[in-house]
Amino acid sequence: MAKSKKKMSPALDFNTQWRYKPAPENSDHIQIQKAYDLFINNEFIPPVNADYFPTINPATGKKIADIAQAENIDIDKAVVAASKALKAWQKIGAVERGKYLFRIARLIQERAREFAVIESLDGGKPIRESKNIDIPLAAAHFFYHAGWADKLQYAFPNQTPKPVGVAAQIIPWNFPLLMAAWKIAPALATGNTVVLKPAETTPLTALKLAELIRESGLPSGVVNIVTGDGSAGAALVDHPMVNKIAFTGSTEVGKIIQRKLAGSAKKYTLELGGKGANIILEDAAIDQAVEGIINGIYFNQGHVCCAGSRLFVQESVAELVVRKLKDRMETLVVGDPLDKNTDIGAINSASQLRTIKKYIKKGIKDGAELYQSKCAIPGGKGYWCRPSLFTNVSQAHTIVQEEIFGPVLTLQTFRTLEEVLNKANNTFYGLSAGVWTDKGAKIFTMTRGLRAGVVWANTYNKFDPASPFGGYKESGIGREGGLHGLAGYLKF
Amino acid sequence: MTEGKSGSKISEGQTNGRGGVDSGQNRLSVAKTYKIFIGGNFPRTESGRYLPLVLSDGTVVNICNSSRKDLRDAVVAARKAQDSWSSRSAYNRSQILYRIAELLEGRKSQFVEELVKLNVTASHAKKEVLKAIDTIVYYAGWCDKYIQVFSSVNPVSGSYFNFSIPEPTGIVGLLCDEDGGLVELVSDLLPIITGGNTAVVHVPIELATIAIDLAEVIQTSDVPGGVINMLPGVRAELLPHFGSHLDINSVIYAGRNAEEFLQLQSLGADHVLRIVDRRPAQRRELGPYQIMDTQEIKTTWHPVGK
Repeated sequence: MAKSKKKMSPALDFNTQWRYKPAPENSDHIQIQKAYDLFINNEFIPPVNADYFPTINPATGKKIADIAQAENIDIDKAVVAASKALKAWQKIGAVERGKYLFRIARLIQERAREFAVIESLDGGKPIRESKNIDIPLAAAHFFYHAGWADKLQYAFPNQTPKPVGVAAQIIPWNFPLLMAAWKIAPALATGNTVVLKPAETTPLTALKLAELIRESGLPSGVVNIVTGDGSAGAALVDHPMVNKIAFTGSTEVGKIIQRKLAGSAKKYTLELGGKGANIILEDAAIDQAVEGIINGIYFNQGHVCCAGSRLFVQESVAELVVRKLKDRMETLVVGDPLDKNTDIGAINSASQLRTIKKYIKKGIKDGAELYQSKCAIPGGKGYWCRPSLFTNVSQAHTIVQEEIFGPVLTLQTFRTLEEVLNKANNTFYGLSAGVWTDKGAKIFTMTRGLRAGVVWANTYNKFDPASPFGGYKESGIGREGGLHGLAGYLKF
Repeated sequence: MTEGKSGSKISEGQTNGRGGVDSGQNRLSVAKTYKIFIGGNFPRTESGRYLPLVLSDGTVVNICNSSRKDLRDAVVAARKAQDSWSSRSAYNRSQILYRIAELLEGRKSQFVEELVKLNVTASHAKKEVLKAIDTIVYYAGWCDKYIQVFSSVNPVSGSYFNFSIPEPTGIVGLLCDEDGGLVELVSDLLPIITGGNTAVVHVPIELATIAIDLAEVIQTSDVPGGVINMLPGVRAELLPHFGSHLDINSVIYAGRNAEEFLQLQSLGADHVLRIVDRRPAQRRELGPYQIMDTQEIKTTWHPVGK
């Protein structure tokens, strides 16, 4: 069968005069201040050292605003504020707590456009994604969890759930507002108060959320948002009045946090790195599967912990899949995040671009074959990376083993389900996986055999507040979202 | 067995070919060697080390003092058993667990006797054995139910069928409490295997005789070799290896030493080990939540379409 396919149609020619006209999203209506302070007790207060750092637009390399760098004293203020707010917040009653969350959800929906534009400006993700995915999902997280506030006794049979206390939440730069909502909403619904630290490179939407939270009338101190680098996060983890740590980020930092928490009574959930296997069986609908591969690895520039960064294709269709995949890669537009035609925006930061380039170099050095699309890259001082595919790789390659967190895919082939399950599971990670096949029985063999917290069958990179998310093995501890995610914010 | 039942060829005073059976004072009792339990077998520790345990009747038992190598062997055996144990039907696992209870019920007088030798009063020992049996029956009944109770179909926005189910985390290390008894051992062990995990259990020397007796019951009750492994020894010595072994997915700490627990947590952080705090203050009423302590939630998506 493979032989007859040898004479496939010639590769598609994308080098034509048919270019997309620029379709930039209007950014006139957004309001960004020159500098942002720390949000503590519903007020923006300057950091004690009056120290600020710039947040950069990764598409231009230009500064957008100055952001406060929180010191230990500032972190202490925020935690004390959250701790003082606990009593009143719990006294207010579950019904009222839920109503605040509903209100916040609505306010996000009302200002969705502004949030989307700022998200793309600050983080580099395509406006199409921030508008259609990040911001609506952030609102959905508040809306979903709002309803849980007064129904928790139904979630845990025969138990009396109680709030943990002050939740310290540290989030990454890949889904800034979505991660903030993903963390704050369940914490508040379960009666906790929050100190949130957004990532250093993407603090803007969280600070806009702070404005919105103040506007919502949420009692002061219930949500505090502090900005800064890793030292601020460390101070937060160490603070004795913190009762729970919720961390999303790299496995490396997750381990440091877990070690720091040894001997303490603090509860923790860790949502860490991944190296997701995306598996194409020979009976899959190939065109759909190719879309799934693209969405799996190039969504959000590959800055996704659950990205399908390891592609496994069954040998009999490998040639066809590679051809179609390369064709599809050629159609991807790398460009201005604010342009609606853009598929792949800017890499989040200069340092992340360096990391990605280091891995690409390492892949080549190890003997893998690199294919990059030939698309144009915007000029200027932005951070860009073409969609990349490595073939001729083996399990032992660094680019197969380590999380790259960029638009870099590795491809391996296999013959049997058993073989691919072994290869897919042969990693310290266990966050996500994908499988593409038309056979129901095979889907269940695969989804059951894959050691990963989220398994997408005939789809990839789908998220929902009702759907629990989290990893096996070194991809983390605990779940976030859905009924199961509530447990991380409760004691019994 | 030998007391004058019809059909029994041997009765008191009668010869059996090699001399008389003496049930009187001259008879030398047969002492039992307590070894370790790995992969369904009872080997001696590879280290050749032993620790003496003095029983209340004055007997001294040489308990195998398990080594790091024994732990590694036990983990290999547990990993081998993991797939087939977790992929058995829940009904089948349930019957196997119930079988443990059946066999223990048949040997309860022996267990009472053994507990008495560990300085437990006779009346308390009896209660303890009965409670242990009932605990096993309790968890046998959970095998095919906890998944229903803790699974969910998630109403996601979009045309997808999405569900979450618990799955065993894998190999679970259990560090028992030296001041606990048979009931604590069974209450900590059963939820692990109910949930489809395999177990590597460190047994304090103080509990070694009763734990190895239990291992004999387990071995003869259709529990596949390797699903439960028991290593008597010194906890402080083995704990670092439980904490740092990369193929142990979760460790339950049931001791009461804060420093040990801290050490376990620090070592476990190197590989994001799931550590379950089962120190006395954290003990909860028996229930399915102990099963969930060593489960992972897996969420599966599939499009709904035409």
